[in-house]
Amino acid sequence: MMQWETVIGLEVHVQLATQSKIFSGASTAFGAEPNTQACAVDLGMPGVLPVLNENAVAMAVKFGLAVDAEIPETSLFERKNYFYPDLPKGYQTSQMAQPIVGPGKVEITLDDGSTRSVRIHHAHLEEDAGKSLHEDYHGMTGIDLNRAGTPLLEIVSEPDMRSAKEAVAYIKALHAIVTYLGISDGNMAEGSMRCDVNVSVRPKGQAAFGTRAEIKNVNSFRFVEKAIAFEVERQIELIEDGGQVVQETRLFDPERDETRGMRTKEEANDYRYFPCPDLLPVTLDGAYVDHQRALMPELPSEKRRRFENQLGLSAYDAGVLASSRAMAEYFEAVKDVCGDAKQAANWVQGELSANLNRENLEIGDSPVTAEQLGGLIQRVMDDTISGKAAKQVFQALWDGEEDSADAIIEARGLKQVTDTGAIEGMIDQVIADSPVQVAQYREADESKRGKMIGYFVGQVMKASRGTANPQQVNSLLKQKLDQA
Amino acid sequence: MHDKTLTELAAGLQAGEFSSRELCQSALDRIQRLDGDLNSFISVTTEQALADADAADQARAAGDAAALAGLPLALKDIFCTQGVRTSCGSKMLDSFVAPYDATVVEKIRQAGGVSLGKTNMDEFAMGSSNENSFYGPVKNPWDLSAVPGGSSGGSAAAVAAGLVPAALGTDTGGSIRQPAAFCGITGLKPTYGRVSRYGMVAYASSLDQGGPMARTAADCALLLETIAGHDVRDSTSVARVVPDYSAELDTSLAGLKIGLPKEYFGDGLDPEVETAVREAIKVYESLGAKVCEVSLPHTHLAIPAYYVIAPAEASSNLSRYDGVRFGHRCEDPTDLEDLYKRTRAEGFGEEVKRRILIGTHTLSEGFFDAYYLKAQQVRRLIRQDFLDAFDEVDVLMGPTAPTPAFDLGAQKDPVSMYLQDIYTIAVNLAGIPGISVPAGFAGNRPVGLQVLAPHFAEAQLLGVAHQFQQATDWHLKRPAFGKEMA
Amino acid sequence: MAIEHADVLRAAHLARVGLSEDEATGYVDDLSRILKMVDQLQAVDTQDIIPLAHPLDATQRLRPDEVTEHSQRERFQACAPAVTDGLYLVPRVVE
Repeated sequence: MMQWETVIGLEVHVQLATQSKIFSGASTAFGAEPNTQACAVDLGMPGVLPVLNENAVAMAVKFGLAVDAEIPETSLFERKNYFYPDLPKGYQTSQMAQPIVGPGKVEITLDDGSTRSVRIHHAHLEEDAGKSLHEDYHGMTGIDLNRAGTPLLEIVSEPDMRSAKEAVAYIKALHAIVTYLGISDGNMAEGSMRCDVNVSVRPKGQAAFGTRAEIKNVNSFRFVEKAIAFEVERQIELIEDGGQVVQETRLFDPERDETRGMRTKEEANDYRYFPCPDLLPVTLDGAYVDHQRALMPELPSEKRRRFENQLGLSAYDAGVLASSRAMAEYFEAVKDVCGDAKQAANWVQGELSANLNRENLEIGDSPVTAEQLGGLIQRVMDDTISGKAAKQVFQALWDGEEDSADAIIEARGLKQVTDTGAIEGMIDQVIADSPVQVAQYREADESKRGKMIGYFVGQVMKASRGTANPQQVNSLLKQKLDQA
Repeated sequence: MHDKTLTELAAGLQAGEFSSRELCQSALDRIQRLDGDLNSFISVTTEQALADADAADQARAAGDAAALAGLPLALKDIFCTQGVRTSCGSKMLDSFVAPYDATVVEKIRQAGGVSLGKTNMDEFAMGSSNENSFYGPVKNPWDLSAVPGGSSGGSAAAVAAGLVPAALGTDTGGSIRQPAAFCGITGLKPTYGRVSRYGMVAYASSLDQGGPMARTAADCALLLETIAGHDVRDSTSVARVVPDYSAELDTSLAGLKIGLPKEYFGDGLDPEVETAVREAIKVYESLGAKVCEVSLPHTHLAIPAYYVIAPAEASSNLSRYDGVRFGHRCEDPTDLEDLYKRTRAEGFGEEVKRRILIGTHTLSEGFFDAYYLKAQQVRRLIRQDFLDAFDEVDVLMGPTAPTPAFDLGAQKDPVSMYLQDIYTIAVNLAGIPGISVPAGFAGNRPVGLQVLAPHFAEAQLLGVAHQFQQATDWHLKRPAFGKEMA
Repeated sequence: MAIEHADVLRAAHLARVGLSEDEATGYVDDLSRILKMVDQLQAVDTQDIIPLAHPLDATQRLRPDEVTEHSQRERFQACAPAVTDGLYLVPRVVE
């Protein structure tokens, strides 16, 4: 059996979270009535002209800095010419020869916690197209140009990935970077991040790349994995059956988990790129780049390192908590309230994540705020409540019963009894009520006593309705039973 | 009234000799009576014009008259005008009523100018004779068998025939200056970036520039003051203060250094045109200017470079005319390809298609470097020729066109038509300003003197033209056409 | 560089301009003569000359990221050839 190696490169289109379009003052908000956010410039009406959005430039530069890329002093907009109904001007304003972001690299983390680097070939700014609505309009296709002119950053990787898992880890890393930077909402369901996946296979050990197929518009982490898995298998089967992979564009069908060639005739594209005469060269000096750098937040890889090194979290915990900006910010807020990173990490990844997953919520939608969770952890740490009671309190917070852990503890009477006198009283009562067990205990071997004490602890806890501090009960019981 | 300049009419309005309504009504009457023979207008906007004239009269009565208040003029049908058809001389846009005003149109309105309508032009500004219009050719008022030049032929003919005192045109390779020369009027192409291109239907974006066409340089100065300036909607418009051009018209010419590019006086130059131009230069010498010969060694490459760059940009600029959002759409398209191909085959005229094909071909794979990049390199050499010349002299002078207006239908071959622009095209490639000034006649047809100046030296250019018009009366000559009508 | 019939058809297809065979033949002739004139460029040595895309050595000005345009759909679609429910209509697109 021949051993095959998969080679994957990705082109990821990220919609930038600007208020207005890349070349016009129309809104980029999602979901408006058709063509109500397409102004004269977006519609390509006669005589209109583009003017570049400063925020789109700033966002692209921040991305470049986040992936250690070179930011060239001059970049150029060019026209990519082709006809399609969702492309109003008959050309897409894009960048080719001189993109705004040069070569860089992204660190990806695999499931086993290991990291590796994927090279970025370049990233460039361009305008998005509109949408074709294929529902039947009197046998016609409807065109909505609201999306036309939305700024896109197209991030082109080198063919550095060797498995679907690596590809997914790469997209997740990009997703984390763009959401951390706040340059995109990263909402894949609304098309804020769209991937074109280039896949080829080659015999293991062979240096030359195989012929690749490009799978267009794969729009979720899961679909990327499935599309690649299908495509790799298809290509290997094809070659092993004596066939050849054809360089082509394919579409992923999520209903059947398969890719298929596009039905439209694949004609030799000739986009006739040339510098857009309506836009001038964009020049960014060192001061501008430094200014953007100063505005950047801490990035996921930096955060992960800090969580590990300064907060003493495990590599795994640090990786999970730093994976999204929302998660990391929540965690840090919890930590700041309760003062203990490990406790905060345990609660965020344990009880909170379990509840979020069960109800399919994002961390931003959590009914329990970071302040509330931090307050709850404080009460566990200062022994106000037991760990068991804490779970009850969390659930009550989740259900919105009260505003704070303290209010719930108060209302439900969950405060631990830590008054030694009161606990001693309960212990004396239990010892008095259990002469047989006491006698057995005292006759027993030291090695067996540890197990036997459980009975007495249980009785005391029962008597206290769970509010006695179990450690205190344990040590006082030991003292009293061992005394005689 | 129709013989007067903008400046004279402004004074008449100010003195209360006539109202704007009277002035505009008389011009509209004249258009109605004469334009059947000239075909210089595509649309005449009578009602809107009279309403604007009334508004200007009221503003003046209230003591609130702006620079062009109540003055009639015409707009080349390439400038978008809200609520008025903007056809660009094409079947493609025959049904297009612009939903917005071009920036220059807005500025004219704000200054109180009254547009009487939209003038005829070569389709999408592609042409040098105005014979490429969907609305038919325009006649030259000096000789109805001659072309008015192009592409702003309607504007030039309308001004020359006294239908309007001034008009706006656009110039991509000579389209203001050459028709101004052919029709015996004054036409200025400003520095690239001086006048906003927003709302001006694009032909070749890196060359297009709007500008004034009028009887005198003084009128051109008045119009340029109004339309020039930075526009936030045009990335290529320049943020630079607009000088008071009118105030600088009288600067003395003593010591002015004039360069005569030897390449502009070579083979192919009509002897009568040459004589007229050399006579004009003598006038300048008599006014104290010094004349010397200079060389623009890459002149012969201007037309070849232009016919790569302009069609390349045009092929892309005109892709938006696809029958989907505005403009012509073919009947019952069977599929998308059919919609595109038939719409564009029907909507565009022959010359437009020719340039789209040339531009598409030269940008396509395997040809881009040899044509497009090469042409851009040569473009730099051509600009450098001018920069070098302006190290030696203040202005350059020569003929605007190698011949006077030719007969309608005389130029059948596209290449020989292109060669008509030999003296004007390099100016657009370099982005410098140029003006054509009436300087005599060849037979019964006017001759234009072209004056060129460095980037943003419009004030000097207008002053140089104005001083000539103080010393000569070529700009005062009127064609016999329409003369019997008061 | 000569231009052939196939080049004209290819350019016409890329530019989506419908041409009959006869028209194409006419354009081969026109375009050949135009390109012959253009070919004078090839005689010039332009080594090390930086291509000039704009006549002025200016750089792009940036616009503040503000929403300044609001819906004018009715106005813009008043000049559209085919519209339903606010959508522009084209013959069915098959992917």
